[in-house]
Amino acid sequence: MAYFTQQLINAITLGAIYGLIAIGYTMVYGIIGMINFAHGEVFMIGAFISLIGFMICSMLGIGSAPVAIVLVLLISMAFSSVYGWAIERTAYRPLRGSFRLAPLISAIGVSIALQNYVQLVQGARPKPGGQIVSGGFNLFSLDGFDVRISWLQIIIVLVTVVLMGGFTWLIAKTSLGRRQRACEQDMKMAALLGVDVDRTISLTFVLGAALAAVAGMLFLMYYGLIDFFIGFLAGIKAFTAAVLGGIGSLPGAMLGGLLIGLIEVFWAGYFSSEYKDVAAFSILVLVLIFRPTGLLGKPEIEKV
Amino acid sequence: MNAVTPLIEVEHLTMRFGGLVAIDDVSFSGRPREITAIIGPNGAGKTTVFNCITGFYKPTVGRLTLRGDRDYLLERMLGHEIGQRARVARTFQNIRLFPAMTVLENLLVAQHNKLMLASGYSVFGLLGLPVYRVAEEAAIALARAWLERIGLLADADRPAGELPYGAQRRLEIARAMCTEPRLLCLDEPAAGLNPRESAELNQLLVSIRDRDGIGVLLIEHDMSVVMNISNHVVVLDYGRKIAEGPPAEVQRDPAVIRAYLGTDEEAIGD
Amino acid sequence: MVDPRLLKMLKDAALTALVAAALGIFIVGFRTVDVGSRAGLSFQYEFVDLAVALVIIFFGRLGLQMAAMGLRWPAIALGIVMIAAGASPMQLPSGFLHWFVALGGVLLVIRAVWPWADQAIHAAARTPTGRIVNTIGTQWLGWVLLGIAIVMPFTPFADQKTMDLGVLILTYVMLGWGLNIVVGLAGLLDLGYVAFYAVGAYAYALLSTQHGLGFWAVLPLAGMFSASFGILLGFPVLRLRGDYLAIVTLGFGEIIRLVLLNWVDFTNGPAGIGTIPGPTLFGAVFAETAPEGKQTVSEMLGIPFHGIHRLIFLYYIILLLALITNLFTQRMRRLPVGRAWEALREDETACKALGINPTNTKLTAFAVGAMFAGFAGSFFAAKQRFISPESFTFIESAIILAIVVLGGMGSQIGVVLAAVLLIGLPEWFRELGNYRMLAFGLAMVLIMVFRPRGLIGHREPSIRLHPVGSGGSG
Repeated sequence: MAYFTQQLINAITLGAIYGLIAIGYTMVYGIIGMINFAHGEVFMIGAFISLIGFMICSMLGIGSAPVAIVLVLLISMAFSSVYGWAIERTAYRPLRGSFRLAPLISAIGVSIALQNYVQLVQGARPKPGGQIVSGGFNLFSLDGFDVRISWLQIIIVLVTVVLMGGFTWLIAKTSLGRRQRACEQDMKMAALLGVDVDRTISLTFVLGAALAAVAGMLFLMYYGLIDFFIGFLAGIKAFTAAVLGGIGSLPGAMLGGLLIGLIEVFWAGYFSSEYKDVAAFSILVLVLIFRPTGLLGKPEIEKV
Repeated sequence: MNAVTPLIEVEHLTMRFGGLVAIDDVSFSGRPREITAIIGPNGAGKTTVFNCITGFYKPTVGRLTLRGDRDYLLERMLGHEIGQRARVARTFQNIRLFPAMTVLENLLVAQHNKLMLASGYSVFGLLGLPVYRVAEEAAIALARAWLERIGLLADADRPAGELPYGAQRRLEIARAMCTEPRLLCLDEPAAGLNPRESAELNQLLVSIRDRDGIGVLLIEHDMSVVMNISNHVVVLDYGRKIAEGPPAEVQRDPAVIRAYLGTDEEAIGD
Repeated sequence: MVDPRLLKMLKDAALTALVAAALGIFIVGFRTVDVGSRAGLSFQYEFVDLAVALVIIFFGRLGLQMAAMGLRWPAIALGIVMIAAGASPMQLPSGFLHWFVALGGVLLVIRAVWPWADQAIHAAARTPTGRIVNTIGTQWLGWVLLGIAIVMPFTPFADQKTMDLGVLILTYVMLGWGLNIVVGLAGLLDLGYVAFYAVGAYAYALLSTQHGLGFWAVLPLAGMFSASFGILLGFPVLRLRGDYLAIVTLGFGEIIRLVLLNWVDFTNGPAGIGTIPGPTLFGAVFAETAPEGKQTVSEMLGIPFHGIHRLIFLYYIILLLALITNLFTQRMRRLPVGRAWEALREDETACKALGINPTNTKLTAFAVGAMFAGFAGSFFAAKQRFISPESFTFIESAIILAIVVLGGMGSQIGVVLAAVLLIGLPEWFRELGNYRMLAFGLAMVLIMVFRPRGLIGHREPSIRLHPVGSGGSG
């Protein structure tokens, strides 16, 4: 029971990170119907910017962890957003009238290019992130097994919950959210009604990238080790989360993220850690085959 | 009603999407060697009827029977089986050709199932056996005959997407006919045609009815087409059948006039 | 008075440089390096490089704007200056920047000249002679390339390195042609193609090392295994929409790789399988001394032993396999099933309405593509004599896909050109190797943006009613 609770805590932490990335996939899919294959790389770049940010903070003698975290969070979000914006502008926008697989192929190209760009400029070796937040406390002990929750885990869940809340508010209440939903429903009509479609799509990418950057920072803090390749696996798992939750649905992305976190942690904890990625991929395949609309997604009616 | 057995029988067809009732308990039938027109204002559910008949939608309620060598219950068949076995062919409101493929290739793809069998599921074809070559020549001959009928013989080797609009419409009908159907469903074939092309289309449809002897279901907005060539007209409005009968009769039906023109009492079409 | 156009261009170029600065400031400006053996990092600052790169980007963007506004000559002049700067002995902070500025200049000049060149080519192609040259050219090119490929081993260039490269390129040509059936003809984006390659490779590796079967016996089996895998995996997923299908195939590819990696009893896991026997020539082996009961090829033919003989033999095997793939595909394209593949790519809904079973049709494309990957995989195992899961990562699938995309989906000759370009060039210029994948990625994006039909975008009809040259419309 204690082991179970411990795993549950770990799973929720991991799920929060996946959920943050998944939102980017789901929003972009919702608005332009494409799988932004390069989204995982934005997450990776966010992690790298965070790493560099933390190092700069310690050089400047910013000793207080909360200050450093907030600073790095803002920097990473801001500069990763530029990546999100630039990717959409250069690699996807020119393809809006092209054949249906063109954006996906272009996205794969972006993904490969970004991975190798970071590998070239930052090197291929894994980068240790150091410990920014340490410590924690024992929740309870059972049969000589301590169930621990670290401050870091609390921070991760807290940051995620706050961002999610803010984000839901953004989509539900602000004019940006309304424009976004209008574009989702009918891009042509929205344009006719005076919605700047290009700008709305750009903003969608920017927001998605900012959330991925947060996930990147949390990932760096949680695992303490990153390399240029982390975006691939994390990206696919987050995409799985988005699909599992119902692609296009924001609460779905969060729910999917949590479920993927749970499945991964419990699979590794109770079955075998070698096959934990196989489990994630299998879920992706199974969901797409048997319930492509996911848990919370709306069915699409094929127009003939 | 005379004793001719109907070719297609639609009974109590109902189609719901979530809470929206697109078709509500519609019944009608179409006979062989006749053109049955389905008309109605925009959003009346005409294309949805077609989509149910050709298997793109599964009807919520209702029975769709096609009488061929045996009775086919279309609502129980998969989309492609309806074309393959029941031999129902259709065209689309917004033309769906294979644009990068040539005109001739489009007509050969329509004869896929027949040719597939003749090519021994590609084995005979790969070996270059005469069985397949004979079948392919026959298929080309059929395609050529249709190209002559629609006046596109000279364009046979051009990509279908390069043809002018009117020619694409005709080609789509020819492609459907190359499947050698029992029932041909045409979804607004005259849309976007100029008067000359429209008149040519009328001739083509009449010749399909009289020469090829198959049944035609026709969705059309152009009343001159409907009134001139159809034998039987079914009128839908808001997913319900509001009238049915010979064109001249339907034209005078007050319910139809109301549906089309609101209060305005001017006759429809001439 | 300053030309308002110039102001606009300067502003745009400055903005571009600003965005580039935002992109690069952290990732490029601060290079993290390991310090000693301690798990710590320190910075190596690359601000000078970054600044130079930004200047280049500024001028490059300015030139592109000029070209877009019709100021061709200034754009060309700027491009030439950039090329000169790249080629000059001037000391830029790193060698990469020399390449960067020079390549930028080349692209700029191409962009500036493009409208002229495009017009000229189109005008030339419209003349009757141009049309004939065009058709003959496209037909000839294949034969010329085939001729070169056949005589290659007998030319003086045929040293160890060249032959190795030839084998490598031909392997990718074969894989490209195989994937082209799936992606180019049937329009199914398969991101897990390498899985079938792996199945073929492991089939041969296991059957030969554990059951003593020879290459030629396993080859057809490997093809069958891979094809069955294709059917098995394809059946449940081929009704999915295009992009979902792509992701599912990616998932399958990774699952197979992870199983190969972790099922140690069966595949020997990450350590891989070694001492795989090479292919034999009428039972004779390529070796200096024959194992017991066997004959070496040099003994059989009565020629002195030379290491390159094995390589030449491998070269002809893969050439043959690639040609079989090509001929098979050409033949299939002219059969009903091939036309149905293309029709499916064009419009699946219309196919259904014509009574074509989309799932079965896709399945055949998937299985045939997988079969050729299986053949190629067997060959790869026999050539390398050692395989491990590392050879079958997603990147491998992406490379094959890049070849198909760059070549022009559906074009056979395009795949050859793309394979030479993408595999041959980086192998030849080793120092470019590091930038290879970066260039792959960028090339995929650029192709999609500027030339989505690929290098060779022309589609030859699978059948003609009127002979070529009769005018088509006359």
